[in-house]
Amino acid sequence: MNDMIEIRWHGRGGQGAKTASQLLADAAFMSGKYVQSFPEYGPERSGAPITAYNRISEERCPIHSNIYDPDYVAVVDETLLESVDVTAGLSESGAIIINSAKSPEELKPLLKGYAGRVCTIDARAISLAYLGKYFPNTPMLAAVVEVSKCVDKEQFLKDMEGSYRHKFAKKPQLVEGNLQCLRAAMKEVRG
Amino acid sequence: MGLKAEEINEHIAWQDVTVGCEIYEPGTSKLTKTGEWRSKTPEWIEEKCKQCLLCAPFCPDASIPVCEGKRGEFDYDHCKGCGICIKACPFQAIRWKEEN
Amino acid sequence: MSIRERLSGNEAIATAMRQINPDVFAMFPITPSTEIPQYFAQYVADGKVDTEFICVESEHSSLSACLGAEAAGCRAVTATSSAGLSFMNEVLYVAASSRLPVVLAVACRALTGPININHDYSDSMAERDSGFIQIYAENNQEVYDNYLQAHRIAEHPDVRLPLMICEDGFITSHAIENIELEEDDKVKAFVGEYHPENYLLKEENPLAVGPYGISAYYMEARVAQAHAMMNAKQVILDVAADFEKTFGRKYGLIEEYKMEDAELAMVIMGSSAGTAKAAVDELREAGVKAGLIKIRVFRPFPGEEIANALKNCKAVAIMDKSEGFSGCGGPLYAETSGACYNLKTRPLMVDIVFGLGGRDFTVESAKSVYDRLAKIAETGETGDIYTHMGQRER
Repeated sequence: MNDMIEIRWHGRGGQGAKTASQLLADAAFMSGKYVQSFPEYGPERSGAPITAYNRISEERCPIHSNIYDPDYVAVVDETLLESVDVTAGLSESGAIIINSAKSPEELKPLLKGYAGRVCTIDARAISLAYLGKYFPNTPMLAAVVEVSKCVDKEQFLKDMEGSYRHKFAKKPQLVEGNLQCLRAAMKEVRG
Repeated sequence: MGLKAEEINEHIAWQDVTVGCEIYEPGTSKLTKTGEWRSKTPEWIEEKCKQCLLCAPFCPDASIPVCEGKRGEFDYDHCKGCGICIKACPFQAIRWKEEN
Repeated sequence: MSIRERLSGNEAIATAMRQINPDVFAMFPITPSTEIPQYFAQYVADGKVDTEFICVESEHSSLSACLGAEAAGCRAVTATSSAGLSFMNEVLYVAASSRLPVVLAVACRALTGPININHDYSDSMAERDSGFIQIYAENNQEVYDNYLQAHRIAEHPDVRLPLMICEDGFITSHAIENIELEEDDKVKAFVGEYHPENYLLKEENPLAVGPYGISAYYMEARVAQAHAMMNAKQVILDVAADFEKTFGRKYGLIEEYKMEDAELAMVIMGSSAGTAKAAVDELREAGVKAGLIKIRVFRPFPGEEIANALKNCKAVAIMDKSEGFSGCGGPLYAETSGACYNLKTRPLMVDIVFGLGGRDFTVESAKSVYDRLAKIAETGETGDIYTHMGQRER
């Protein structure tokens, strides 16, 4: 299982970290991979910190434990940096991707000396610009694909287009905005 | 299908017990004379009876046969002697039999 | 052609149910099984099934409604977890002794207390004596495949027993993974329709169920029920053989993983078996003769098969994911060690209670078990036999 990529998501209940991990699994699944997407359930309270996970591999992964040494960490809510040890076990050859308007340099002091790559994505600004509302998952998904390369980028955009055409069959005008949002997020990842 | 109800008794082997002890026919109470359990016996006094038929639906053992709108003699094969019919009758047309 | 999909365990069960289109689904929700009736309600609303979907007021009622439906000749299903399964307890025994082949999906979850919604087998193990057949799954694929086989096993005339399809709460029920689904018409053809010979309102001979069985009859009835459970072994294997012929995936009572020459072995159930397989692979690469037995069918208990698979091992760890509070080992240990008692040469055996209330079991945890087994094999000393793993200790 040397080819396996493990990703940990941090968010708050209701923000969609679990959904983001499912979207990433969908994208990887569509590109032919074996996927796992699973949440870790604690107290089911809106706003409470929650964790979700992805495993992406070329063969079915038999392991069903949580992920302690992820290759990548995605943080949907930057306020978690102060209360949750988001870089715990994170591979230094991997990266952390944080939803924030700040630069990676500004956030590094909060990351307990993590020496690997730090990336930020202003999911709010991108989402507002292309979708008109704050949906952090769409830009976060694109940023994770861009940084982790867990899915081929062109294949990803093609699959997402198909998926959006299906999802928004009755509102085709939303397809283009979502695709632009993905492309913009891929370009605007910092770090 | 397994044994008929009349073939089921306390001597059959476990292999012959029906699945889940199911009974595959209706009306099997005919095979068991539960009237034998009776310790006291009600008696119908036909001349006092107005045929109001209140007793029949009260009988928990369906032991007061009604035919063409009129009740008949008790079915003593199944009457357990509970006495509810005696309480139900407004005309004292049912009483305990004096038994010695 | 199989259909490549990605689904959670709960959606896989709901999908199997949709394909089978049972006559009755009596439901009462409880985490983590709630999604099963939730998905199924959508199928009902979309007209994809013509199942009578009954929302009742408790689990005691949901299983009772299923019994009524089964007695009337219907195929009836439901789903539950944890306290919900405990609340069904009385009716589970009625289902089994009345020989009504309900299929019950259980997303296994801890029992209180402390209050906990996460996975272990406290709920299903507490019902191991209820007379239900119990089949466990490692992942969503297995839970789907087990479900496709469930009705044929339960309804077989040599068996006629209710059956639990067990998945691991959250770990399997809520994890989305790749799955091979089968086409609707092929599933329908494999499962077949249910036409019991007798049912409540059959005109020629109406059926009476659940009679009073005085001591002159009770013993015979229980022996017959015990034999039905014994018969289930062969029927499970026959249905699995037909499943393999039809869909290509192989199942048995147990799965032996790298056991041919194994000296150190683990007996384990459910999703943890997958994690432990990864540990076995690593240890094999390092030259350690490690193997494992995954128990798929817990009721009927495959004692002979397990004993046969363990007979040449040096040291064995029985992995109990429920406490049991016997004071001397969990239920899996009690039954496995019992099954091995008559072996001419027996492996040294220890019990490890682990993973309670969602405590994680990792590849490292599994490797530490094999380390312990290696020491036992080397020294010939088991040390404490009844032990716990993964708890904090002073």
